[in-house]
Amino acid sequence: MTASPSINKRKSWPTEFNALLGLIGIAIVFEAIGWLVQGQSFLLNTQRLSIVILQVSVVGIIAIGVTQVIITGGIDLSSGSIVGATAMIAMSFAQVSTYPRAVFIEQGWVDLPVIIPLAVGLACGMFAGAVNGLLIAYTKIPPFIATLGMMVAARGVAKWYTKGKPVSFPTDSFAAIGKGMMPVAIFLVLAAIFHIILKYTVYGKHTYAIGSNQEAARVSGINVERHLVLVYTIAGMLSGIAAMVVAARGLTAQAGMGLMYELDAIAMAVIGGVSLAGGRGSIVGTVIGMLIFGLIISGFTFLRIDAYYQEMLKGVIIVTAVIADVWRQKRDALKSDV
Amino acid sequence: MNEVILKTEGLTKHYGGVHALQDADFELRNGEHVAVVGDNGAGKSTLVRQITGVEQRTSGKIWFDGREVRFASPIEARDVGIETVYQNLALADDLDVPSNLFLGREKTLFNLGPFSLLARKKMREDTQAALDRTAVKIPNLSNTIRNMSGGQRQCVAIARCASFATKMIIMDEPTAALGVQETNQVENIIRTLKKQGVPLVLVSHNLRQVFDLVDRIVVFRRGHIVASLNRDETDGSDIIAYITGVKSQGDNAAAFL
Repeated sequence: MTASPSINKRKSWPTEFNALLGLIGIAIVFEAIGWLVQGQSFLLNTQRLSIVILQVSVVGIIAIGVTQVIITGGIDLSSGSIVGATAMIAMSFAQVSTYPRAVFIEQGWVDLPVIIPLAVGLACGMFAGAVNGLLIAYTKIPPFIATLGMMVAARGVAKWYTKGKPVSFPTDSFAAIGKGMMPVAIFLVLAAIFHIILKYTVYGKHTYAIGSNQEAARVSGINVERHLVLVYTIAGMLSGIAAMVVAARGLTAQAGMGLMYELDAIAMAVIGGVSLAGGRGSIVGTVIGMLIFGLIISGFTFLRIDAYYQEMLKGVIIVTAVIADVWRQKRDALKSDV
Repeated sequence: MNEVILKTEGLTKHYGGVHALQDADFELRNGEHVAVVGDNGAGKSTLVRQITGVEQRTSGKIWFDGREVRFASPIEARDVGIETVYQNLALADDLDVPSNLFLGREKTLFNLGPFSLLARKKMREDTQAALDRTAVKIPNLSNTIRNMSGGQRQCVAIARCASFATKMIIMDEPTAALGVQETNQVENIIRTLKKQGVPLVLVSHNLRQVFDLVDRIVVFRRGHIVASLNRDETDGSDIIAYITGVKSQGDNAAAFL
């Protein structure tokens, strides 16, 4: 069957645009309800907006890494646990000497220059991510299983590290990473870097190619295994960065940190139009998805909806986003058949 | 006659007890277009897979460009100048035309390993040039493969091969899934390649197409090469007689078994 010329010429409607319309729509709805119910503006409140942005920035950093993982057709369930483990380990190298129960006080590893906990944190995240990547690329187990294993194991590491005790009192230079709007700045820089990497580099092309058609990527000479290891390592590194930001902000690290972050990050990506089937999505989309996510959560708080309901609604949002993705895929599959 | 670019001797492939390819002596000369025909399971695609290194042969030898070769993977074959258009197009549906054309061999502005910046403008221009060379018309290069018709996809796949093939091209049933117009378009590309002197192995079921396009026809039957005929010295019924086993060249006894 021959396709009609209109299909050939029309450029497909970018999913990011749908997400952006969704963002605007949701903002208008909350604004309207705000005036009707609370008698005040929802959006014209810089304090509330900055809190929204701060809240989502940390998970947003993870979502950047998760986006490229999902584009390869994979998934990463371990991000939240990697945050927990990395926060504990990095924080233990960032403690002040005046705190008598610092983890490495006997070794004298206190008041260290900030570069050391930073390097340790990055290394932890990258190590966990590399293990994910090696498992997925070379044992061919599904990414879901490999990262599920890492999710459980990394949480174990976080608890074992200090036998469950929190690690607190970081140096001022380490705490600075989480001060004020610093998390937002870090997020923006990383988002910009990865936007460029995914869109304008060989790495990005290969990431999309693998998610789109792994066999085609292979016969085209792309080293699929090596690339996957790199993708998961970078995702782990970004989880590590998020861990240090969140620990520095709270001035403490706890074994339970980052719980469910992986699901929030996946939700942000999927809401932003990143397809779970792989091959499609962008950092711009994920950033919009992140803002939608943050707006909905803070909108519910604004309307004084109980936290329990918020969690239930979060679940609904995630499933809805995935349904939308499945519909998109079906529509495209029909289009490919013409 | 031109020099021989590809030659196989006693090429054999067994899948367990199945003798898919038996003692195949195949030859391709520079500038020559050869069709490989035969019934389903006659060994046509098996021959292609042994030559391109998709599979490893049971026995036999292959010479390419004057050297004996044994490709461990299709990538090695590609690196020495053999491009293949596969039946299931090796294209990434979510990428646009230039990205697919240069997939795995992207042009970069400067080298930063995997993070090298793509030379997008250059690749776009080269893509347009490659499409022009093969007379392929794609209305919008930034369109993704997903949004294209089957014919356009096949044209992209072929243009990709044509623009990189330095020594020879293999096409495994390039028009099997295409409509009449689209088949014409692909056939025109093949004619262009002939003019450019690129040697080609065309696996096809379509005898009309074969007689239109190639210089020589090699017939496979049950894993054996049963005939190698110049196009001008044969006709359709003759070829069918070889395909079905009514006639046999060389080993005449086989026809009576």
